[in-house]
Amino acid sequence: MMRRARNHPAWWAFLVHRLSGVALALFLPAHFLALGTALQGEARLDAFLRWTEQPAVIAAEWGLVVLLAAHMAGGLRLLALELLPWREWQKALAAAAAGFAIFAGLVFALAR
Amino acid sequence: MSAARTEAALWAAQRVTALLLAGFVLVHLATMIYAVRAGLSAQALLARTHSSAAWPAFYALFVLAAAIHGAIGLRTVAAEWLGWRGRGADAAAAAAGLALAVLGLRAVWAVTA
Repeated sequence: MMRRARNHPAWWAFLVHRLSGVALALFLPAHFLALGTALQGEARLDAFLRWTEQPAVIAAEWGLVVLLAAHMAGGLRLLALELLPWREWQKALAAAAAGFAIFAGLVFALAR
Repeated sequence: MSAARTEAALWAAQRVTALLLAGFVLVHLATMIYAVRAGLSAQALLARTHSSAAWPAFYALFVLAAAIHGAIGLRTVAAEWLGWRGRGADAAAAAAGLALAVLGLRAVWAVTA
């Protein structure tokens, strides 16, 4: 029973939404502290931005962009399920959310 | 407020902040992609955030919505995955939300003031 539930796209959508939400909540303090370096002057912020040019940091940034896009699109999917009479579209909404996250990640990767 | 009304209020606050955040995140994603495309530097970043009074207002609202949304979300995860409920969990979630709001508004101040 549990195994069948875990093969359902809605279960994966739930898991991705929850894990991305926790990851974003853990990342936000670091993001805010990094931007806060501007309080010590433009040069200090610039030094931090230079540090982010390492390949590993760029890869992590890309992961965060995908997590943010996935959490946003997955959240809109949940709102649609809860507030609109669209339940039969559940799989399509999960696919659209995943598609949006991959699209945002690709655009960011190409821009970076 | 009764426990049921508190849960209903938190449920509604989570959805209202989610709708606001959907708009904020779309703008943030577009801005990030534009910023990295143009070349990420402190000078370019600060020039953009100082270009209009709309940016500090936008980022302050973004931070406050994210702090409320994050705190309620963490409270739900603590209850469902860790079985941590009650006053201690509520206080921890409120502290997390407050910390996010303070750190976030400090960051907004740092790049817009």
